[in-house]
Formats: sequence, structure tokens, C-alpha cells
Amino acid sequence: MDLTWSDSEQAFRQECRSWLEGNVPAGGLDSGDTAEGFARHLEWEHQLHEARWSVVSWPEAYGGRDASLWEWLIFEEEYYAAGAPQRITQNGIFLLAPTIFEFGTPAQQDHYLPRMSAARDLWCQGWSEPNAGSDLAGISSRAVRDDEAGGWRLSGQKTWTTRGAFCTHLFGLFRSDPGSERHRGLTYFLVPLDAEGMTVRGFGRLDGDEGFAEVFLDDVFVPDDDGTTATMERGGILGGVDEGWGVAMATTSSERGLTLRSPGRFRATAARLVDLARDRRGESADSVLDAVTEAWLDAEAYALYTLADVTDLSEGRSPGARSSYNKVFWSEMDLRLHRAALDLLGAEAELDGGWMKGYEFALSGPIYAGTNEIQRNIIAERVLGLPRK
Amino acid sequence: MRFAPTEEQTEFAAATGALLADTCPPSAVAAAWGGEVGRHTGLGDGDGRIRAAWDALVEMGVNGILVPEQQGGLAMSLDHLVGVLEECGYSALPDPVADSAGVVAHSLGQCSDTAPDVGAVNDTLAAVAAGSTVVSGFGSSPLVASATTADTLLMFTRDPTRVDPDAPADPAADRVVLLDRSEVDLEPVESVDGSRALARVRWDAASGACVAQGSAASALTDEAFLVAALADSALLVGLGRAMIDLTVSYVGERKQFGVPVGSFQAVKHHLADAALAVQFAEPLVRNAAHLMSGGVAVEAPGSIPTDSRSVAVSAAKARSSDAAKKVTETALQCHGAIGYTVEADLHLFMKRAWALARSHGDSAFHLKRVRRQLLAG
Repeated sequence: MDLTWSDSEQAFRQECRSWLEGNVPAGGLDSGDTAEGFARHLEWEHQLHEARWSVVSWPEAYGGRDASLWEWLIFEEEYYAAGAPQRITQNGIFLLAPTIFEFGTPAQQDHYLPRMSAARDLWCQGWSEPNAGSDLAGISSRAVRDDEAGGWRLSGQKTWTTRGAFCTHLFGLFRSDPGSERHRGLTYFLVPLDAEGMTVRGFGRLDGDEGFAEVFLDDVFVPDDDGTTATMERGGILGGVDEGWGVAMATTSSERGLTLRSPGRFRATAARLVDLARDRRGESADSVLDAVTEAWLDAEAYALYTLADVTDLSEGRSPGARSSYNKVFWSEMDLRLHRAALDLLGAEAELDGGWMKGYEFALSGPIYAGTNEIQRNIIAERVLGLPRK
Repeated sequence: MRFAPTEEQTEFAAATGALLADTCPPSAVAAAWGGEVGRHTGLGDGDGRIRAAWDALVEMGVNGILVPEQQGGLAMSLDHLVGVLEECGYSALPDPVADSAGVVAHSLGQCSDTAPDVGAVNDTLAAVAAGSTVVSGFGSSPLVASATTADTLLMFTRDPTRVDPDAPADPAADRVVLLDRSEVDLEPVESVDGSRALARVRWDAASGACVAQGSAASALTDEAFLVAALADSALLVGLGRAMIDLTVSYVGERKQFGVPVGSFQAVKHHLADAALAVQFAEPLVRNAAHLMSGGVAVEAPGSIPTDSRSVAVSAAKARSSDAAKKVTETALQCHGAIGYTVEADLHLFMKRAWALARSHGDSAFHLKRVRRQLLAG
């Protein structure tokens, strides 16, 4: 065990901190899940990119800093401690990019990654469908081969697409082998949302923000990759035809694991919760103050657990199915943190303030990225080894 | 930055685990049961000891992990010991490794130069490394496990769980002494766990060899109490793991409706929740051990200034106690009726967990300690 940061890590932290202190917009930004708020967040993403903070762990050639996993953790800690805005680019940089790094051709990497780090292409995820949520392998949107035109034609409907109404591109799974079932015969497509035949309809989430969209595809054409920029601008395939399931699974482990939810985020929430509890401790029941303490302990435990995970990753031991533990824990912890804050606020909790909005958002955690019921099945079957049937 | 045991620590713990798998199977734990509970259950007529396991651990050097080299120990750290204690918990070893090799060795090591009776302290440290059984107790008449077979007892006048945390303790009144078993009044009492060899110990604070008095004794009492709570936490993590493994194995074999009961989603979710509780308690235990070994706490922005060692240990004890209690009930429910007997091994682990989850402060006590520091500002 050595829980100290090296000199260069300390210097990296200091550099993050000073930049954030000088640049984070005072008072925060309006929700990035509304049209106006999204536009302001987009400016912020451009600002991050210009200072090379948008994707610290990526290679410098793609706009990053070649930061280690430890430095990435440090950046996230500083970012959330500084109260910096939510990342509207998150689905691209945390979910799609790791997949492009793993499965993309060099030409695809050179084309898509710099545009993503610069927030020129804004990616949303096209996985869920009206009849395929947690059961992702049940998707029915299809890709039909058009040999004459030299490409694929996509049709179907995607839904619960986060910020779909504001993004520019979609990555998603489509059934390319019409005779296939379940996880076979799927292909992972990249496609611009302004392509002909594409219709996007935004709709309100629980908090009323237009954070969700339905995406309708009607014969949307994606040309075969010839390695040219002109073609890649019209979309493409990531990994092989009919091999989309394996490609997609590489992305789900990013989503369920540590990349989507760094401990810095929850520690920052826990610190705000403790501040609130100190203000209100005279008028709060012991049970509420205990709930605050438990939620703070959760954030500590999660931070330490993540240090152990990053140690494993740094030394070449992959957490694998263990990432399901993370997903269940952080999503339920986020609820406990916000629930404790609402209990401290008492009758004022119903005011439409930050904690209520945060609570509404936290409620989505146990549902998205594979419901926690699915995650518990994965823990039981793949980590503990209980029989599937 | 590295949050993991060293390779040497991992190997040492694994070797301990392998040794205990041989010398401390559940049948040996059952045979160590004794007293009225042992007779009543028909399990055993033992004295709470498995000497084959104890002797093998002594030979391996486990009992001397924290003992300085001058007294024949390995002079290693609590970081090292917690991995070993998790293994002791995993096999439900009843022998007092946590006490002798943990609380006693650490406490005496702290005052091997400063104690009023330095000779007794150093002799006892050497005896611990050589396999002598030394146990500890806090307060004037504490319940002490393995007291009936102990050679020596390290007694603290103050029980930190009983002091009103709002009233400062009077440091001048504290005293820590070493007593031979013959110098104390032992009243054997029955524990729900028949292998505890539990006794109520009454003792005279003016007798015995003085280890510390006044403010030094007060500081030593606080320190020893933290080690005791940490050691319990490590045992509880191991017990939790063992009960999960026992249950996973059982529900994989037991069939109802033509399929293993472990294939039912309700059972899977119960066990996933139990595993989650243990999984997220363990890093708190490892962190506490690191801080108690003199390690520096991880630096993070916005972290709340607290007495990090005491908060870290209380966090570990609160979460490992809650996790273990949750696992006992989950494991029993998933076993079904067979778990509700003394014929299945599960009860050996459950009953130990019930005892340890509430010794040296239960989760409510430790949560309150964290809360006082956290919300004080």
C-alpha cells in the first residue's frame, strides 16, 4: 500500500486546479439537457478542448495529454470539486471512444477521435429500442445490404437516447443478418443524425428537461468504408459485420465500470451534503444525520474501492464482471446521498432546487446502463458462479 | 499510489489460508466447542482451541508478525496482519490470533522502551512470538474470549465503548497491566458461539505488571482499542466471505422444482447484495490497517478534516459489522431449513459473526464516532 501521489501527479493536480479555478463558470450553467443549456455547455467543451482538458487520458495527437489512469482520477476529482459543468460529451468520450481505440481502423481513429475531443461531433447512444432495454440482444432495428449502392441501409427505432435531440451523431447496434437471433448477427454502426431518412424527436425526462430522444431510421444509407474522409463523414462500421455484440460489450463494461462514474463526482456530492448537514444539524433528527454519515462513508468506500480497481488495471489485472459491483454500488449510493440531503431539507425539499433535481437524476442510475436487477444477475452468475438455469 | 497488499503480503496470507484449510476445517471448529453450549448441542467438549492450527501458525511466524525482531518477531505491520486475520475469519479459527498477534503485540510494542515494567513487557512480547496465549480486556469486568486458556491477560482499566464520548476521559485514572491468569478472577460464561471460551474477568488494577499509567495509559488504551476494532473487522470480512462461499456452494447443489435453487433470481439477488456489502467493506479495512501502520491517508480535494486513523477504523468496523450481520441472515435464508440446524456448518460462522459484530463497539457506536468528527465543523 502506498497512498501518496508522486511529484508529477501532484504537479498535474495543481495544473488542473489552477486552470479550473480560473475558468469554471461562476454559478454554474443551466442544465445541459435543454437546448439553451446545451449550447452553453458546448462552449464550455470547446474551452476545455482548447486548453487540452477535454480528454486528458487520450494521446496528444487526438487532443489529450497521455495522462495515466491515476492522473485521470485526479482530473476528475478536481473537476467535480471545482463544481465544473456536466460533460455533455460524455457518451462519446467515455462510451464510444474506448471502443474506437480498441476496434477502429487507424483511419477511423484519425477521423473520429479528434473531432470528438474537439466537441465537433457530439455522439449519442443508439442501443435501446421500444422492445429492447435491459434485454439488449432483443433489438430489431435492421441493416440491409445494398450491394448495388455499396453500403448498408438502416431502418428501425431507437429510444431513451440521451441528449439525442442535441447531438450530431449516433452509435448503435443493428441486426445485419436477417436470419440471426439474439446476440448473433448484429453490427455496430456509426451514423450522422443529419443523414437522409433520420428523424429525431426529443422528449421530457422525469425532471422535464428534453434529455431523451427517439430516433427513427428510415432507409438511412451508410456507405462502405473506403478509408476516405468523405465516406467516413457519412458513417461507417466499427469492428466487423455481424460482430457488433462483442464490440458493444466492450463499451458496456466502460459504462458500468469506473469510466462513467469516477469517485471524485460522489466525493464532491458527499462534501456538499456534509456542509448542508452542518448547517442543519440543530434541527435534524439523529436518524437523518446517521443517514448523512452512512452516505459519506459510501463515498469513501467507493473512492477506496476505485483505487484498488485502478491498481489492478495499472498492473494488468482486468476487473471484468466485477464492474457490475461498481455500477450497483455507485448508482444506489447516489440515491442515498441525495435522499439524505432531501431529508435534511425537510419540507423545503420539494422546492425545485439542485438537490431535488439531483435526486431525480440519481433515480435514473439504477435503471440505465443495464438495470441493477441485471447487474445483480451478473454478479451472482459471473462473479459468484451461481447456475444460470 | 498503490492500493493493494504487496506480493509478499498476499503470499503470506495465502499460505496462512492453505494452512488453516488443513488444520482448521469446520469439523475442528465444531470440536472446539465446549461448556454448557457444547454439551447442549452435542457438538464438542473442547476448550475453544485448535492446537494443531495454533502451533502451525506459531511455526509460520504469524504470532510474531507485529513483534519486534529483538523479541523474536518479524517486525512487520498491521497491513500485513489484516490479510492473515481475514484468513483466520474465513476458517472461523477460534484461537485468539487477533488478540495475541494483534492487540497485545501492537500495544506492547508501543511501550517496549517506556513501560514502567519494561522487563515484563519485553518478556511477554517474546512469549507471544513463541506462541504464548495472551488476550486483552477493556474495563473493570469485561467479557474476554479465550480467557480460560490464556497464559497472560493484558488489561485496560477503561472501556472506550462505555465512556460517554461527550465527557472527556480522565487520563490520570487510566492504567494498563499484564496479569497471569492466576492473578485474575475468571467466571466462565456461555456464549452463543460455543468456541469462544468466554469468561467475565474481574481484576485488580493495582496488581500485575504495569505497562502504562496516566496519560500514557490513556493513549495506549485508545490505540489498543482501535487495533482491536480493526482486527475484528478483518475477521468479519473473512467470515462474510466464508458464509457467501458456503451458501453459493450449497444453493448450486440443492435442487427444488427440478433445478438448483441458486438458479432462482430471488436467491441470486440476495447473494449479490451480501457480496456487495462485503466487497465495499474490505477496502475500508485495508485503508484503516494502512493508516494504523503509519501510512499516510490518500489526499483528495474537499475531503473533510478528521482524525483520520480513528475515523478510518470506525468506518471499517461499522461497515464490516453491518456486512457480516447481513451475510449471516442472507446465508441462513438461502440455505433454508438445513441452515437452521447445528448439523450444517453455517452456524459456526454465523455465531462468530454475531459476537464479533458487536465486540469493541457495534456499528451504531462506530457510526456515531464517525458522525461526531464529520459534522463537528
